[in-house]
Amino acid sequence: MGTVISNERLTDGVYRLSVEGGNGGNIGQFYMLRAWGAYPLLSRPISINLVNDNSIDFLYHVVGEGTELLSELKPGDAIGLEGPFGNGFPAVEGRIALVGGGIGIAPLLYCARELPSCDVYLGFSREPFQIEDFRSHTDKLTVDVGGLILDSVDFSEYDHVFVCGPHPMLKAAQLKSIAAESAGSRTNVYLSMENRMACGIGACLVCSVSCRDGQRKACTDGPVFLAEEVVFHD
Amino acid sequence: MINLSANIGQVHFKNPIVMASGTFGFGREYGKLYDVSKLGGISGKGLTLNPKAGNPGTRVYETASGMLNSVGLENPGVAAFLEKECPYWETLDTVRMVNLGGNTMDDYVRGAELIQQDADARMLAGNKAVDMIELNISCPNVKEGGIAFGVKTCAAQEVVRAVRGATKLPLAVKLSPNAEDIADMAFMCQEEGADAISLINTISGMKIDVRRRSSVFNNLYAGLSGPAIKPVALRMVHQVAKRVTIPVIGMGGITSATDIIEFIMAGATVVQVGTYNFMNLRAGNELVEELEQFMIQENIRSLDEIRGIV
Repeated sequence: MGTVISNERLTDGVYRLSVEGGNGGNIGQFYMLRAWGAYPLLSRPISINLVNDNSIDFLYHVVGEGTELLSELKPGDAIGLEGPFGNGFPAVEGRIALVGGGIGIAPLLYCARELPSCDVYLGFSREPFQIEDFRSHTDKLTVDVGGLILDSVDFSEYDHVFVCGPHPMLKAAQLKSIAAESAGSRTNVYLSMENRMACGIGACLVCSVSCRDGQRKACTDGPVFLAEEVVFHD
Repeated sequence: MINLSANIGQVHFKNPIVMASGTFGFGREYGKLYDVSKLGGISGKGLTLNPKAGNPGTRVYETASGMLNSVGLENPGVAAFLEKECPYWETLDTVRMVNLGGNTMDDYVRGAELIQQDADARMLAGNKAVDMIELNISCPNVKEGGIAFGVKTCAAQEVVRAVRGATKLPLAVKLSPNAEDIADMAFMCQEEGADAISLINTISGMKIDVRRRSSVFNNLYAGLSGPAIKPVALRMVHQVAKRVTIPVIGMGGITSATDIIEFIMAGATVVQVGTYNFMNLRAGNELVEELEQFMIQENIRSLDEIRGIV
């Protein structure tokens, strides 16, 4: 169990929840959060936004009943906190780009703080959020509103590109990765795959991700996969 | 002294709390959170003879007090299970059930034969990994005609008889709530040599995305589980326990010690806990303690005192 320190509204429907408790975590990992009784049935997988000395921050977008209940939490409230789970982003060196779309920027702030000199690309369909937090961890910050942030990134300039965002953006990143490789680029592109989960620990198999070597679990094999591993069906 | 134990034939359960198939993997994942040997038993992820990738698309959707799943029996296949998971199962001090599914009669029989051969080989080496087979006739379809094994009693009879002939291991048959007549189905299983009846599996359900004007599941329908199905499960356990003389393994929406007691009072010998494992990752461990405390408070010394009392 954890205790809510703050639950700040950043923009329309987007909140930053700061929780005391938990067991820290690495970049790209997530926790299963639960701040209710029997309903909704399932806990919610939310990625780590930042790990601080005595607390963990989570950035979430209110999209359903679970996140709606999270948005109502007040300082001092108790919250169920299981984790950290998943294999996150690798701790790499070299030229690194972080590319986030919408609420997909959530795990990238922790990456920007932990990894040396990342370039950061953030795309939003409407009002941007957490821009200033990123600015303190990067010398190059590109923000796009209403466009396609991937268009701003030249994969060949980087050794590693971390991407987190909506499904079409991840698929587009994979296509861009394939094109860059064909052109001779040796960039490692990593995708953080969002998926519905029930347990978060690899037992239920509902978060299955189709990969070239068969079905893999978003919760324990991921959520981060090399772009070349993932098979997109739509 | 409180006695939580129960028996199905020669199989001894230290307590009546068994983790249900499909919600507990093969135990390893939860084994990192608590000692699964404290449980009465575990039923492993549903296995088929050959590996299955499961269903594409959305696999889970929450409902009012329940959950629809369309995992589609993703599993590594019987042979890979025996090779990779059984060495871990050998280390567990709890009842270990293999949940065996299939698409065809031949799948079931060959799967059971492989499990039996492996059990024989391990016994020669002085080891044991599997205590029981839980035969899942609750969702797969026969090749010819596509009639679900678990719905038509005559189709179910054929597969139970064939599997009974293929293994000496204690055999529980897991029934579908969609069966034509659940009590008749259970009685048939008993007549064909089953050692226990497990029920219920998920109830066939549906969820429509009104904006996309389609089912959220590629397979159209999915299996409903969780607290929403408990009253149905309890009624079916009660009906079956009155009809058969072999033990009943009851399940469906259990989330508390009182839920367990209800199933025992309806006639269950042991129970399985499924969806609650997702609501509370430490459910199994906590329920064992909660059940013991409840029995102390209610001055129930043994589950035998209350089994089938309603």
